[in-house]
Amino acid sequence: MTVREHSPERDPDFQGTSPESLLAELRALLPPASLVTDEELLRPYECDGLSAYRRLPLAVALPEDEAQVVAVLAACHRAGIPVVPRGAGTGLSAGSMPHPQGILLSLAKLNRILHLDPLARVAVVQTGVRNLAISEAALPHGLYYAPDPSSQIACTIGGNVAENAGGVHCLKYGLTVHNVLRLRIVTIEGDILELGSQALDAPGLDLLALFIGSEGLLGVVTEVTVRLIPRPRTAQCLMASFDDVRKAGEAVAAVIAAGSIPAGLEMMDRGVTAAVEPFVHAGYDLDAAAILLCEADGTAQEVAEEIARMRAVLERGGATGIRVSRDEAERIRFWAGRKAAFPSAGRISPDYYCMDGTIPRKRLGDMLTAIAAMEVTYGLRCINVFHAGDGNLHPLILYDANVAGQLERTEAFGAEILRLSVALGGTITGEHGVGFEKLDAMCGQFLPDELKVFHGIKRAFDPQGLLNPVKAIPSLHRCAEMGRMRVHQGNLPFPELERL
Amino acid sequence: MSLEAFRERILERRPLRIRGGGSKDFYGGPLAGEPLDVSAYRGIVSYEPSELVVTARAGTPLAELTAVLAERGQWLAFEPPTFRGPATLGGAMAAGLSGPGRASHGALRDFVLGAKLMDGEGRVLTFGGQVMKNVAGFDVSRLLAGSLGTLGLILEASIKVLPLPVAQATLRFQLPQGRALETMNLWAGRPLPITAAAWDDQGLMVRLAGAEAAVRDACGTLGGVRVPDGEAASQWAALRDQGHPFFAGEAPLWRLSLPSTAPPLDLPGDVLIEWGGAQRWLRGDLDAILLRDAARRAGGHATLFRGGNRAAGVFTPLPAPLATVHRRLKAAFDPHGVFNPGRLLPDL
Repeated sequence: MTVREHSPERDPDFQGTSPESLLAELRALLPPASLVTDEELLRPYECDGLSAYRRLPLAVALPEDEAQVVAVLAACHRAGIPVVPRGAGTGLSAGSMPHPQGILLSLAKLNRILHLDPLARVAVVQTGVRNLAISEAALPHGLYYAPDPSSQIACTIGGNVAENAGGVHCLKYGLTVHNVLRLRIVTIEGDILELGSQALDAPGLDLLALFIGSEGLLGVVTEVTVRLIPRPRTAQCLMASFDDVRKAGEAVAAVIAAGSIPAGLEMMDRGVTAAVEPFVHAGYDLDAAAILLCEADGTAQEVAEEIARMRAVLERGGATGIRVSRDEAERIRFWAGRKAAFPSAGRISPDYYCMDGTIPRKRLGDMLTAIAAMEVTYGLRCINVFHAGDGNLHPLILYDANVAGQLERTEAFGAEILRLSVALGGTITGEHGVGFEKLDAMCGQFLPDELKVFHGIKRAFDPQGLLNPVKAIPSLHRCAEMGRMRVHQGNLPFPELERL
Repeated sequence: MSLEAFRERILERRPLRIRGGGSKDFYGGPLAGEPLDVSAYRGIVSYEPSELVVTARAGTPLAELTAVLAERGQWLAFEPPTFRGPATLGGAMAAGLSGPGRASHGALRDFVLGAKLMDGEGRVLTFGGQVMKNVAGFDVSRLLAGSLGTLGLILEASIKVLPLPVAQATLRFQLPQGRALETMNLWAGRPLPITAAAWDDQGLMVRLAGAEAAVRDACGTLGGVRVPDGEAASQWAALRDQGHPFFAGEAPLWRLSLPSTAPPLDLPGDVLIEWGGAQRWLRGDLDAILLRDAARRAGGHATLFRGGNRAAGVFTPLPAPLATVHRRLKAAFDPHGVFNPGRLLPDL
């Protein structure tokens, strides 16, 4: 076949590729249990955590070590066949949705913790190790790995790297990019690169920072060195009620302006507290229009000092009620409701669609007011959880996929929230990634010249555009089509998609 | 200078040497190309204390930025060095250097939220933004940190700021190098509010910062001799800006970036340690090959930071596949090779 350069103009279609010889080659490279081609067995891989978008891959490869990863990538590269990497499949933007002409590369079998050095406070782990497993291994040494996405029981460190995953504590402790020291990656051309180092920096450009959050477009991670930090001695959580969401938003800004960086600062509106309370019995104030959870951690005196300072600010900000967790069990209960927000939405509605925009904190009231108006426009309910400390909003749009037209209206509702996020000075995705889901929204956030730079970066690592194609960065053609569509038909996202 | 004037210079397609305050002219590969002075493109574009973010033009002096933040009780927690010169925000971004608190607060790149740059075609491009969490598109703004201006003309940067600590204290301990390294690592693994740890031939110096109670408790736990606050502040500033006597004189200055637990290296020359063991400075006419080999075996790398014989290159050379990616990235941003040629890598 002819070697083609990845072009920013159009999405590749891979229609001319012939997979049979590749599959034969992969059969020879991998143990029998590491290559799946049977349709029934491919089914579990058809989507990630965003199940609205499903496709079957040509085959699933499950290499057992780095050498097999190199062999699979080199074979696909020679054959011109696309590869979609996948960790635990908990992603929320269809970033690991398979490509119908491609190989889905599951890294689940690379799941060993290779080395944990408590004095140096680092762990070297394979890419398929679960996020929480790292902290569990570090626990006997009084250490942990800070980023804690809500899927941390299941999600893998390799997936966290791909998405630059955050969590409820990232205002104080940072995102994945702040907590990873070194990556070992394999390029689609089969080269092994080490980005970063065991030291705090490395010579050359900061490719470690560039790679984190690159959504599987630049290379496949095989090994990650993470930074471990000391567990705080103690933590306490303050729960504040507000009779108005705008006041709650202003209180968040006031807490930060007063010089506090809380270990966690989360907001839930009444729609969410009403959904979770019967389920979790967290003791939430169901009369409140919104509640805030503010956490302080450190030594006992430090925590007392911080809690007192935050309490004073929240009282001045018009909190109608404040409770401080009396013990660890109560603190965990306060958080349990927040962590159960997504599953609870699933209890009160057949389907829900989770958005992920980030906005400047001071615009929170504007955003929530606009969402309330959109609920009327689209005839759908929306409940809101918010990583308030860092401005990351998760509106959950409730819908029923079995009712004709509801998914389409949900997507239009979501697209409008994302456009407003950009208009308010924010972004279309804070932590879930662009994936396949938000390709069109990217056209509204970046200019064609900026997209060209992204495609140039893609080509620097993957000249043929074989790794995770048609994800994360839209082609210029797609954005041009989007622009025309907006003019002629109003908003109609993903018209080419099957609706399942 | 206006954007249009910058664009005209870039479109001439002759090599340009981007310059802010000139405080770091000594750093990196040889200076080449005609100077492009960015210092007049200055000023704070927006500053929202409650959003923890400041956006400023590249030519804004760090001194001005720091003063404006201090008025609102905030600071740049990565403590960018000024080297006692008129350092600018753009220069700090391009050099990507961080001060004494790097091991606990993070590096400059950790605080970069967004950037505006002019690429090799004279186009103004914006990446990232002003919000804390943003994963739309590749993280170009962090890639610019430490790029030494080789990817484009940094026009503007949005930087996360933090509240100044409520309380601070600095303690001094008489410890030899080996014991100091072990101590710094042990303490860093405990929940103590340590924000900097450095060692010189006078001993170990540890900075604590945070809530009053946390600092008071830690002082009690750790012991040592409390350094008066004013003296401590000037000592940490002297470390940051290389005003410390260790950095005086003309002897070549090497920077070794190592895992913090690397044992004392068996190399000639004076040593000063920062970042809890992860940044080690060496003075003297040391053999580049020998030094780089020692650094590599210890898990890090060595940079000829200032002076010396630069024939063997300033930075540790990259493995071939990594160098290929660098060249392709350079071509994507600066296809005509206009910006700071040779400053980061000899052929970039």
